[in-house]
Amino acid sequence: MKSMLVGLLILFSQTPGVLKTGNPPGNLQAVDTPNDRGESITLKWVLPEDISGIEGYQIFREAEEESLHLAGYAPAGKTEYIDELGVKNNVGYRYQIRSISPEGLVSPFSEPSPMVKAYPQWFKKNLTNSLVMIIIYLGLILYFVQAAKRGKKIFLRRVPGLDALDEAVGRATEMGKPVLYVPGIWPMSEVATIAAMNILKPVAKKVAQYDSRIIVPNIYPIVMNVAQQTVKEAFTEVGKQDSYKEDDIFYLAYEQFAFAAGVNGLMVREKPATNLFLGAFFAESLLLAETGNMTGAIQIAGTDRVPQLPFFVAACDYCIMGEELYAASAYLSADPRLVSSIKAQDWGKMAIVISLALGSALTIFGLWFIISWFTTG
Amino acid sequence: MRRTLPLVIAFGIGFAMLIQYFIPHPISENFYNVIVQQWFIIIFAFQFVLALRSFFMHHIRKISQKKEGYWFSAVAIASALFMAIAGFATKRGPFFDSLYKYMYAPLQATMFSLLAFFIASAAFRAFRARNLQATLLLVTATIVMIGRVPIGDYLWKGMPDLVEWIMTVPNMAAMRGIRIGVGLGAIATAMKIMLGIERSYMGGE
Repeated sequence: MKSMLVGLLILFSQTPGVLKTGNPPGNLQAVDTPNDRGESITLKWVLPEDISGIEGYQIFREAEEESLHLAGYAPAGKTEYIDELGVKNNVGYRYQIRSISPEGLVSPFSEPSPMVKAYPQWFKKNLTNSLVMIIIYLGLILYFVQAAKRGKKIFLRRVPGLDALDEAVGRATEMGKPVLYVPGIWPMSEVATIAAMNILKPVAKKVAQYDSRIIVPNIYPIVMNVAQQTVKEAFTEVGKQDSYKEDDIFYLAYEQFAFAAGVNGLMVREKPATNLFLGAFFAESLLLAETGNMTGAIQIAGTDRVPQLPFFVAACDYCIMGEELYAASAYLSADPRLVSSIKAQDWGKMAIVISLALGSALTIFGLWFIISWFTTG
Repeated sequence: MRRTLPLVIAFGIGFAMLIQYFIPHPISENFYNVIVQQWFIIIFAFQFVLALRSFFMHHIRKISQKKEGYWFSAVAIASALFMAIAGFATKRGPFFDSLYKYMYAPLQATMFSLLAFFIASAAFRAFRARNLQATLLLVTATIVMIGRVPIGDYLWKGMPDLVEWIMTVPNMAAMRGIRIGVGLGAIATAMKIMLGIERSYMGGE
């Protein structure tokens, strides 16, 4: 009789479809997802005490014009879910959640969340630190530009690679050979390519002054167009517009290695006395620099791509590293307004060094809050 | 006007792109995804007109003047035309795909594989112990190369850990230093262009 009663108890306690091993997650919170375009709601919950036999959590949603229905699923152990499926802005939603076992048994529903609405935001609050830093940095640049206008002298250390440009162009003239200028393999929208164009101007001016020849092969037609205008302007400024040859600044190939093969062929055939590789370079950097080295040209390379720097250091006579590429235009033109911006860069670096030292010191003493100032999550 | 208009455009677009980065609103997203991206696509399509003109003019001139290696130019023109005709005639069918697969891809791979030889010759030059820095480079590179292969572990158990330390501490510190400089330099250059301080890119001082 006793065993029959126990059997009946077990039978009734295992009502089909109801998970008895786990409770639903608790304290379900639903909030509008921050820093987004709207149409998204973030759910957070607290895991039930007994999580054995739980495969995941089913998320149910109801709205003013939607009955309660399954809206999403989160695997076991998760405590957050972002609902983006069919969520509309300015519509009130309420959520409920329940646990599910691998066999499909489910727990009762959690308490419903408070009503929540999704809204698009006008500012990414998580990027406030970036914005503040940009404003401070902009302020520094403007301050030093104004200081330069007032006649304040700014010291600029020597950059051997840039000092050697004069010598390199002179050598090409003496040898009666052209100067090869490769402005990288990235489009005009990249800062490194813009920097390459900024350096092209003074180089082309020197080439024009020495009555030499400059060859500029390009991978992007728009870069080619800008290069043509820049070289033409440089030649015109020194009164050598008749020496300008548009055909020397040309489009070579659109693919990376086709371009590299084309430039290598050019180096072998034309044997330029000076090769200048300035801009954004990738795997082709060593192909170009080694071929140039074999032809005996004096080579000056500059890039902001850190992985390519060792190749240029190994194969070129001078290497302009990272930010020196951006500073080159200011360095060569000696325009006080441009030079002054380099001073602002130094101050920016100083601020980062101080932050690193301060942050390291504070985290050693367990003050982790400083890390949150520098994250954008 | 010839100078002012490009400066105004550079400032306006630069400022809009900067603001857009901080605004998640759909208006801002649409500005970037629809207007800016479509603008890019239109410019991208038109730039090929410039490319074709430059490509053919450059190579035809070389052939007509019989410059050194002019027959390379003939090969370049013939290849370009052949690919274009094959693409149009077969509507980018299997034959066109085969040209890519069996001609273009191997040519690219050949160029890329040349890197192995160039690395060897560049390393041979770079690793000559001419001064203190070159000697440091030589020693460090030797340790890293040995530590990355099984023989390093065989020679000394601590070798892989030493290599890991070299890569994650001194090497990483140097790389981050350069990258911080690059980041600040890129922002400064962008701001100089936006504010019209840097004008070399449009032919001005």
